[in-house]
Amino acid sequence: MPTPILEIRHLSATAAGKEILRGMNLTVNAREVHAVMGPNASGKSTLTHVLTGREGYEVTGGDVRYQGKDLLAMPPEDRAREGLFLAFQYPVEIPGMKMMQFLKAALNAIRKHRGLEELDALDFLTIVKEKMQLLGMDPDLLNRPVNAGFSGGEKKRNEILQMAVLDPTLAVLDETDSGLDIDALKIVASGVNSLRRQDRAMIVITHYQRLLNYIVPDYVHVLIDGRIVKTGGRELALSVEAQGYGWLEKQAREGTAMP
Amino acid sequence: MNDILPATDLYRAELLQFERDVGGSAPVWVQQLRQAAMARFTEMGFPTTQEEAWRHTSVASLSERPFPLARHRCAIPKTELEPVTSWMGAGCRLVFVNGLFSPLLSSLLPLPHGMSAGSLAGALGGESGLLESHLGRYARIENHPFVSLNTAFLSDGAIVCIPPDTVIEEPLNVLFVSRPNGRATMSHPRTVIVAGPNSRATIVESYLGLPEDLYLTNAVTEVVLAENAVLDHYVLQQESSAAFHFLTLAVHQDRHSTFTSHSLATGGALARSEIHCELADEGITCILRGVGAVAGRQHLDMQTQIDHAKTHGTSQQLYKGILGGHASGVFNGKILVRQDAQKTDARQTNNNLLLSEDAVIHTKPQLEIFADDVKCAHGATVGRLDEEAVFYLRSRGIGVETARSLMTYAFGSETINLVTNEVIRDRLAELLAQWIAQTCGRSFSL
Repeated sequence: MPTPILEIRHLSATAAGKEILRGMNLTVNAREVHAVMGPNASGKSTLTHVLTGREGYEVTGGDVRYQGKDLLAMPPEDRAREGLFLAFQYPVEIPGMKMMQFLKAALNAIRKHRGLEELDALDFLTIVKEKMQLLGMDPDLLNRPVNAGFSGGEKKRNEILQMAVLDPTLAVLDETDSGLDIDALKIVASGVNSLRRQDRAMIVITHYQRLLNYIVPDYVHVLIDGRIVKTGGRELALSVEAQGYGWLEKQAREGTAMP
Repeated sequence: MNDILPATDLYRAELLQFERDVGGSAPVWVQQLRQAAMARFTEMGFPTTQEEAWRHTSVASLSERPFPLARHRCAIPKTELEPVTSWMGAGCRLVFVNGLFSPLLSSLLPLPHGMSAGSLAGALGGESGLLESHLGRYARIENHPFVSLNTAFLSDGAIVCIPPDTVIEEPLNVLFVSRPNGRATMSHPRTVIVAGPNSRATIVESYLGLPEDLYLTNAVTEVVLAENAVLDHYVLQQESSAAFHFLTLAVHQDRHSTFTSHSLATGGALARSEIHCELADEGITCILRGVGAVAGRQHLDMQTQIDHAKTHGTSQQLYKGILGGHASGVFNGKILVRQDAQKTDARQTNNNLLLSEDAVIHTKPQLEIFADDVKCAHGATVGRLDEEAVFYLRSRGIGVETARSLMTYAFGSETINLVTNEVIRDRLAELLAQWIAQTCGRSFSL
């Protein structure tokens, strides 16, 4: 029996009063990597925002179970402490806050929640430097302010570093490929691949299938008008690339697409 | 005028008493200086909010009750000071209690090689030729009521002299501790710092009081930097949250000298700090940085005034204000570039963070430029915590209060991170983090 990590059931949500998600279903088990693709305004961003608990989105129906718990009832920090991680599409710049302080505060908050001892600066550095090496990152980055003045590639790599350090159970990668050149994309993808594990699941949200050449998903879902209209293997992503979303949108409108 | 005179009379009576007590023992030039200052103060009275420079800072409450002069030495055990001095290590320090020098609490040995430091009262009792050529020259009594009041009560404070061609690595600490004994008192410490040609030194002034204690500190510090001198000057203002604090720092710089001022201000029910820098010759650098953090019903006023008189001068200002509760703040930064000050590069930045709906800040740059080949830039911002960034931290497992505390620290620490002396930088960081933990209710690790 696969262990479900995330179960999204009939989820409906609005942003600024507008209905975006309309009864979405998705189950993600341990070990699996799911890609969620979709055209602009299909609900991809809203899905990540609802999962991470960002303000401004109202859930109007359905529910989300995370490891059997009611995810939507938790504040954002508790979701993270329980092992949910979002790699942001646009990581926030925080001038004045050093990476070192930020990441140590995050890791210790999570460790405390899990009943583990908080790490001192030395133990923390040992862990982080090892992960940075894996991702080919310069340790000097720890003395720089969070994302401030980072290049696009550095920001995305920094997200993957945080994921590696915080050791999540479910990682959601929101358009991690956007703005990356092919070399940066390969580095980020190999970082993600090194983090695939038996007891971990990932959701890769993307507009293009390019990323899926490097992070090969177990399932591909196409999200249109706030609902998953088609699910398949990797070949579905290739058809989307070849034919665009038009045929799926048409099917969705005519009600012929089968999830 | 009627609302001013009674207050002035109170201080006049206090001065007459002061003169009867100690007046005759001072050199004649000091007596004359005091008398001129009192006469000037009597003419001016306390400023009112009708005056532009005091528009947002009312000192009316000073006239509501008298603050008798703290006359007697108040003994406090050395151990009581430890929490505020332990970070200084074994370095030498001058300690003043209620404005009066305390030899017992001070440690002048080992005085950094070449430096001379001591109390103004002691210096006035001996050969005071050097003092006479500096005291009252930079902090002028003519148009500043608090400088004239300080000068009228001039009796003690710190004197520091760095001889020519001397580099002093170890910072010198000067502490002004207020400890009113049962009734609200006032003190008027006067400090004179003379940095000789090609000298380099670091001086830290701390103003300290116990929470809830009511008193008035009206300090004046005069600093003169000779040619090529480099001076790092720090002010750690941690007065009681009920206190009145006024500090006027008057700086005179000669050719190619570099003055850097760092301040951290968290104390005072009403605190106003003024820095007046006179860049009197060519190629002078003046750097002013500070962070002020207030909450409750505190009022913090920061005034800077930079006078570029000659060519190739550089001034950089970076001030950060953090205001919570019902606190109010003022930043007024004046830059004067005179006609002869071509090639001046003057920059001023004032950023403010409001932590509550009820906090208020008045920020105003004031540029007067009479030269045509200069670079002058100024910017002021008023904002709240970036909620996107708070969410980013929360999405990493950091609790919402800790996230806000960390963000507030990140905002304020920008100036602190620029401090080159590691011991002082760590202390400033610790004080800011303490303030945030107290105000925002959540401590965090640096």
